[in-house]
Amino acid sequence: MLESTWFFLWGLLWAIYFMTDGFDLGIGIVYPFLGKNNEEKRVMINSLGPLWDGNEVWLITAAGVTFAAFPILYSVMFSSLYTPLMLILFALIIRGVSFEFRGLSNKKSWVFIWDSSVFVGSFLPAFLFGVAFANIFQGIPIDENGIIQESVFSLLNPYGLLGGFLFVVLFIVHGLLWLCVRVTGDLKDRALSFVKKMWIVEVIVIIGFVAGSYVYTNLFDNYFKYRLLWLILLAAVVSLFMIRFFISKRKFFTAWAFSASTIVFSTFFGIAGLFPNLFPSSINPEYSLTAFNSSSSPYTLKIMLVVVVVFIPIVIAYQSFAYKLFSNKVDPKDLIY
Amino acid sequence: MDVVFLSRLQFAAATMFHFLFVPLTLGLSIMMAYMETKYVRTKNPVYLSMTKFWGKLFLINFALGVVTGITLEFQFGTNWSRYSAYVGDVFGSFLAIEATVAFFLESILIGIWVFGWKKLSAKAHAFVMWLIAIGGSLSAVWILIANAWMQHPVGYTIRNGRAELTDFMAVVTQKFAVLTILHTLSAAYVLSAFFVMSVSAWHLLKKNNVEFFTKSFRIALVMGLLSTIFVVAEGDVHAVDVAKVQPAKLAAMETHWETSTKAPVFLFSWPDEENEKNIIEIGRIPGVLSFLAFHDINAPVQGLKEFPKDERPPVAITALAFKVMVGSGFYFLTLMILGWFFRNKLIEKTWFLKLMVISLPLPYIAIEAGWVLAEVGRQPWIVYGLLKTSDAASPIASGQVLTTLIGFIVLYGLLGVAGFYMIFKNALKGPKDLTQ
Repeated sequence: MLESTWFFLWGLLWAIYFMTDGFDLGIGIVYPFLGKNNEEKRVMINSLGPLWDGNEVWLITAAGVTFAAFPILYSVMFSSLYTPLMLILFALIIRGVSFEFRGLSNKKSWVFIWDSSVFVGSFLPAFLFGVAFANIFQGIPIDENGIIQESVFSLLNPYGLLGGFLFVVLFIVHGLLWLCVRVTGDLKDRALSFVKKMWIVEVIVIIGFVAGSYVYTNLFDNYFKYRLLWLILLAAVVSLFMIRFFISKRKFFTAWAFSASTIVFSTFFGIAGLFPNLFPSSINPEYSLTAFNSSSSPYTLKIMLVVVVVFIPIVIAYQSFAYKLFSNKVDPKDLIY
Repeated sequence: MDVVFLSRLQFAAATMFHFLFVPLTLGLSIMMAYMETKYVRTKNPVYLSMTKFWGKLFLINFALGVVTGITLEFQFGTNWSRYSAYVGDVFGSFLAIEATVAFFLESILIGIWVFGWKKLSAKAHAFVMWLIAIGGSLSAVWILIANAWMQHPVGYTIRNGRAELTDFMAVVTQKFAVLTILHTLSAAYVLSAFFVMSVSAWHLLKKNNVEFFTKSFRIALVMGLLSTIFVVAEGDVHAVDVAKVQPAKLAAMETHWETSTKAPVFLFSWPDEENEKNIIEIGRIPGVLSFLAFHDINAPVQGLKEFPKDERPPVAITALAFKVMVGSGFYFLTLMILGWFFRNKLIEKTWFLKLMVISLPLPYIAIEAGWVLAEVGRQPWIVYGLLKTSDAASPIASGQVLTTLIGFIVLYGLLGVAGFYMIFKNALKGPKDLTQ
């Protein structure tokens, strides 16, 4: 029971990370192309400026909780995915400093370097996390010692690439909606017309991913066993259509909130299908890491449960306050970055 | 080159680079909170522009600290997976608690602080700064508890082929953790105070914004003087504890080979680790090591020869790091005391101001040396007495680690240059148009 609870929390924390950092990664991907001039670009960076840092702490928390609750999973997952994880880290480092450095000089070449860094630093994590999680859903070629038996490029298989593409599209839609909330004028019109197109792409990619999951993974085994799980997929689909509905109503904050729940339920679609596996082996199911064979001792799990149950709601409360505080229009006369 | 060695280099590069930025965050946030509170209380605009000027430097520094911090947590899994699997039940919890309880506070509120000048009342805004300062130091506390456990593991048992936590409070409250926390935090406050004093001294030499920088200097001086006195006194207690729990580290600190009473310290010594003796010994002061370790000059101090060769730390690095740290500590104490006597006539004491400016690299060197002493001095153990570093690395190819190591060096090299350039460019520009 304790292990199952932690399996759920583990999935939840990763889903929250994708949901929160998703929109600022999405903006980072589109902003060099969507902005027509320097002021528009600055407005876009300022729209995520107060929030990206707190969002990234969800990654630290998700990784930290993986370490604390499932140390065996942590050691196998992070060492077998060594290269993609390091690429993600480098990307996030470059991206974070780019926000700070970009505005410190007006030289064209200087600005260009940091604009490109924001793009690469946002695209790579979005794409690689998608690839990584799709491969986890599908199974990773690990042996009985948790050592990966194929080259890292084997992760770039059709279903893995589909996962990467899915995350990029989910995050772009999420980011564009945040721009619709926070920017004005021409820029907003462009973001709006772009998000309408991207939403159609999102629908197609989600259908493709669900179909791909049926072909390439065993995720649906759980769905046929526990019928109630279909509600997760239903929630993802309903959220997806609510996005479009509220875009039409021009209620962009609500649309953005449904985009957030689309990301959470899409992640949970995979997580629920995975249970009780955390890191299935594609070589032999007996080598798979599960919630039961890779967890911490009951004592540690209980302590961490208390920490998470007490503090995560507090964090969510003050982070929501921050989101509310910064959900108004960015004033181009009052830019920080 | 093997995976263990490359992973050690990579972890050392990543941590030491990260720690170039952490200490300033810890101390400067407290000074900024104080300055902003002064502004709220007195409405004197100079305190507002002080908050904003130092705040700008703080933010560049903070961004570099944050982005380089994520890699540290990840490396336990990517490069030290055997360590993670063996002690994760104990160690992982403290990292997770740090993120959940402390780091969120700091990271979410920093956004509110930077972008919230017009959205919050002046009081609320200053309060946010205090929370950021508290969040920062609280973060450090949890990380240091985790590190202290590696130095002196307590509250666990070996079960199911790994270390499992049995007593959470024992880990949190153990003496070694408390001492490590006090030592590291106060050293960080010394560095932060030094930073503010050095930048202020530079401007005072040029007679720029004299009121502004005299006030800044004095605020930092109070923090610096108190922290330096504290860190030197606490260091003494700390050494006693090291003598008790890590005798091999203590012996290496003073290149002490033979167990003896009235054990000496040297002003300078250099070990020959092959032949188990010192090749240089200058300024031998008998009894001081016995006194440092046990507060009794006749107490016997274990020499390095008591430990099997493969359980001794690298002696030269450990000893050198210790000398640099302690020597700098006393130098800082002298400067801080001088500063206290000159506090009302700073502008006249140009030689002192110059000394403050050129000494700025020293607290950085000293604080890094402190970590080298702590970590290299613990070798060959990754968890003292429990797990050797050589048994802790991931089962990955050395080529992978070499690639990322080169990546780290190139990326951090560029970032370090760009980061410090930006910090000092803005520091030397002084407070212009910052009060709007």
